[in-house]
Amino acid sequence: MSTTAPASAHGFTAAQQAGRVAMHQRRKRTNAVALTLALSAMAFGMFWLIWILFETFRLGLGGINLAVFTEMTPPPQADIGGLSNAIFGSIMMAGLATLLGTPIGVMAGIYLAEYGQKTWLGGATRFINDILLSAPSIVIGLFIYSAVVARVKSFSGLAGILALALIVIPVVIRTTENMLSLIPNALREAAYALGTPKWKVISAVTLKAARAGVITGILLAIARISGETAPLLFTALSNQFWTSDLREPMASLPVTIFKFAMSPYENWQKLAWAGVFLITMGVLLLNIAARVFFRNKH
Amino acid sequence: MAATLPVNPYKPDERVMPFSKPPERRRVAPWADRLFSVLAHGAAWLTLSLLVGIILSLLVGAAPAIKEFGLGFLWSTDWDPVKEKFGGLVMIYGTLMTSFIALLIAVPVSFGIALFLTEMSPGWLKRPLGVAVELLAAVPSIVYGMWGLLVFSPILATYVQQPLQAAFKGVPVLGALVSGPPVGIGILSAGIILAIMVIPFIASVMRDVFEVTPPLLKESAYGLGATTWEVVSRVVLPYTKAGVVGGIMLGLGRALGETMAVTFVIGNFNQLDSLSLFQAANSITSALANEFAEAGEGLHQASLIYLGLVLFFITFVVLSLSKLLLSQLRKGEGTRT
Amino acid sequence: MDTRVDTPSTDKSKLSVRNLNFYYGGFHALKKINLELPEKKVTAFIGPSGCGKSTLLRTFNRMFELYPEQRAEGEILLDGENLLNKKLDVSLIRAKIGMVFQKPTPFPMSIYDNIAFGVKLFETLPRVEMDERVEWALKKAALWNEVKDKLDQSGSGLSGGQQQRLCIARGIAIKPEVLLLDEPCSALDPISTGKIEELIHELKTDYTVLIVTHNMQQAARCSDFTAYMYLGDLIEFGPTSEVFTKPKRKDTEDYITGRFG
Repeated sequence: MSTTAPASAHGFTAAQQAGRVAMHQRRKRTNAVALTLALSAMAFGMFWLIWILFETFRLGLGGINLAVFTEMTPPPQADIGGLSNAIFGSIMMAGLATLLGTPIGVMAGIYLAEYGQKTWLGGATRFINDILLSAPSIVIGLFIYSAVVARVKSFSGLAGILALALIVIPVVIRTTENMLSLIPNALREAAYALGTPKWKVISAVTLKAARAGVITGILLAIARISGETAPLLFTALSNQFWTSDLREPMASLPVTIFKFAMSPYENWQKLAWAGVFLITMGVLLLNIAARVFFRNKH
Repeated sequence: MAATLPVNPYKPDERVMPFSKPPERRRVAPWADRLFSVLAHGAAWLTLSLLVGIILSLLVGAAPAIKEFGLGFLWSTDWDPVKEKFGGLVMIYGTLMTSFIALLIAVPVSFGIALFLTEMSPGWLKRPLGVAVELLAAVPSIVYGMWGLLVFSPILATYVQQPLQAAFKGVPVLGALVSGPPVGIGILSAGIILAIMVIPFIASVMRDVFEVTPPLLKESAYGLGATTWEVVSRVVLPYTKAGVVGGIMLGLGRALGETMAVTFVIGNFNQLDSLSLFQAANSITSALANEFAEAGEGLHQASLIYLGLVLFFITFVVLSLSKLLLSQLRKGEGTRT
Repeated sequence: MDTRVDTPSTDKSKLSVRNLNFYYGGFHALKKINLELPEKKVTAFIGPSGCGKSTLLRTFNRMFELYPEQRAEGEILLDGENLLNKKLDVSLIRAKIGMVFQKPTPFPMSIYDNIAFGVKLFETLPRVEMDERVEWALKKAALWNEVKDKLDQSGSGLSGGQQQRLCIARGIAIKPEVLLLDEPCSALDPISTGKIEELIHELKTDYTVLIVTHNMQQAARCSDFTAYMYLGDLIEFGPTSEVFTKPKRKDTEDYITGRFG
C-alpha cells in the first residue's frame, strides 16, 4: 500500500482511480450492448407483427368480395364460392358457447372470490382452473369427442359448442375472480352494515362494482374462441353446405381455412386467405373494443 | 328526568318497531341466500369434475392402445395404420424439440422486449407498443400457421436453410442438423413460428412483473450509480424471478399444446431417421389434427388418444412444476446473498 | 381489567356491554369490557392505535362475523336484548344499528339508489313514499340541497365529504336506533370534517351515536361521553368534560395530555 498522499479527495490512490475508471468504462459498454440488444428485440418482435398483419391484409383483402358472404363453400376448382356457411357456423357456435360458458364461469369466479377464499374446494378449483386454462385445446376436443361424438356416433355443431364452452369457462373464471378480488372489503362491509343478505351484497354491490372488468373478460373469451381451430376438428367437423341444425356437423371459419389452405387448389387458397383476414379483423376488433370499453367504464 | 319518557320525534306510522318483535318487513325469503350459495358451490364442483372427466375419458379412449403397447409406446417410432403398430416417439420428439427451439428464441427476445418497454421506451411510445405486443398475442394460431406455410417457409428456405446447408456441408454434427430438403418445413420452421407465437405471452408477463417492481427499489439502485442494465439484471430480475419463471412456463405450456401454428409447417411425416431440423417431422398435436378424424375406431384412434394423454400429462407436469418452483422461490428469498 | 363503570344516573342506557371478550384467533383483543352507553347521546371512543376501539365498535353490529378467525364472548344488550345471541337474525340487528366507515363507500349506483338500497331490503314503499324517504334522509344528512338536482347521477361523482354524508344518509334512511361512526372524518379535509361534526350534533336528537376517533380534539368537541381504551381494556368512561379536565385515572391523564400516544 503506497504511503503517498491520496490522489483525490475521497482517498483513492492514482492506481486505484485508474482501476475505477476502467471498470466504469466496462460497465458502460456492457450497458450499451445490453440496451442495444433490447432495442433489437423490440424491433424483432414488431417486425413479425407488421409482416404477418401486412401479408394477411394483402392476400386476404384482395379476396374479399360480396360472394364471400353470400356464397357457400365451393368444391375445389369451382369458379364461384364464398364462406357464408362457415361464417354463420362460427358466429353461431361462438355465441352459444359464450352463452353456455359465461354463467358457469361467473358463478365459479364468484365462488372463488366470495365464498371459497380459504377453503380446500377453493384452492383445488383455482389449481384445476389453471390447468384447464393452459390445457391444449386439442385435448378439449378429444374429450368432447369421447364424451359426446363417440356416444351419439355423429359429429355435431352441439359438440363444437360444448368444446368451445370448455375454453370459455376457465378464462371467465380467472377474470371474474381477479376483478372481484380487487373490490375493497369496505364496500362489502358497508352493504352488510345495512343488513343486506350475502347473495345481494355479491350481486347488487360487489359484482356491479366489478362489472366492467368481468365484461371485458367475457369479450376476451369470445375473441379467443373465435379463432380456435383444434377443438372443432373432431367435434363439429365441417360441412360443405349451410346448416343451422346443431345436430349436424357444422362449418366454421377456422376449420374451413385449415382444409382450404393445406390444399393445392387456388380458389380454395384464395378463400382461405379471405377467411384469415376476416378472423384476424374480428379478433383484433373485439380486443380493441374490450380495451376501450374497460377504459371508459373505469 | 329518568321517570318521563323522552319525546318521540317520529310520527306513529314512522316509528321503528320495538326490537323484540321482529318486523314482518323482511322482503326476500332466506332461501335466496341458500340458492345462490348452492349455485356458486355447484359451479366450482363442476369445474373440478371437468378435469376429472377429461382425464377419465382420455384414459378410457387410450385404453386399447395402452393395453397393447404399454409404456413402450413412448419410445417406439413405428407408426403403421395398416399393420396396426403404433409408437409415439416421433411425435413426442417433435413436440418437445419444437417447443425447445421456440423457448430458446422466445425467452431472450421477450426479456429484451420487456426491458425495452419498462426502462428504455419513451413515455409516449410505451402504451402503443405494449398494446401491439398484446395484440400479437391475440392473433389466432391459424393465422400464424397459414402465414408460416405460404409466406414464411419459402423465404426461410431460400435465405436461411440453403445458406446454412452450404455453410455446414461436411461438418460432423452441425452438418447433420441442417441436412434434408431445404423447402422451409420441418422442426426448425415450426420452432421459429412457435417462437413468434409465444413471444407476446412471455413478454407481456415479464413486462407486467417488471412494471410492479416498487419504484423505490429501482431508485435506490440508480442512486448508487448503477447503470440501467445493472438495475434490471441485479435488482429487478431477482425481485421478479417468480413472475418471470411463471411467464416462461406459461409460454412453454402454450408452445407444447399449440396445434395450428405447428401443423401447417411441420410436414406431418412420421419419421425420425435423421436428426435434421429441416426434415419433415411430426408433433403430437399435428398428428391428432391430421389423422384423428379419419382414424376409424380401433387401435389407430386409441393410439392417437394415447398421444393426447401423453401431451396432457406433459402440460400438467410443466404447470405443476412451475407452481412448485414459484412457491420454492418465494420461500428461498432472503436466504442467499 | 374489570372496570365497573357508572352510568350517570340521569341518562337511560341504550346499549349495555357485559363482560365482553374478543379474540382475533389466539390474540385477546378486548378484555372483559363492561360499559353502559347512554341513549340519544354521543359517546366517543379514544385511545392509541391498537387499543381495540374499532374492534369494540364492530361487535355492536356483528360485523366481525364476516371473518371466521374473529369471535366475541359475553353480552351486548340493546334495550335489554342480547345482540350476540346467535339465534337472532343478523340482518335485522343491522337494520337497528347503522355504520359509517373510515373511507366513504358509495355503492356503484345513482345517489337515489344508494339511499333506497337499504330501505328496499326491509320495506315495500310506493315510489312517492320512497322519494320522500330519500329526501328526508338526505336532508337529515345535510346533503339535500347539494344533490337534489342530480339524484340520478352516480354516487362516486361527489366530493369526499359529500360521499361520506351520502353514506350517513344511507345509514339513516333505514331508520336505525344507533349509529356507529368509525373514524368518519379521517379521510376528509377540515371543512368537510367541520360539516360532519355539525351533523353529529344534530343527529343525537334522534339517534344514539358511538364514534371512534383518533382525534382527541374532535372527541372533546363532539361528544357528551368519552371512553378511553388502552390495549384492549376500558380504562375510563365518563362525561366528556370530566374525562378531559379531571380524569379519574392517571393513564387517562397521560394520554390526554400527550405524554404518550
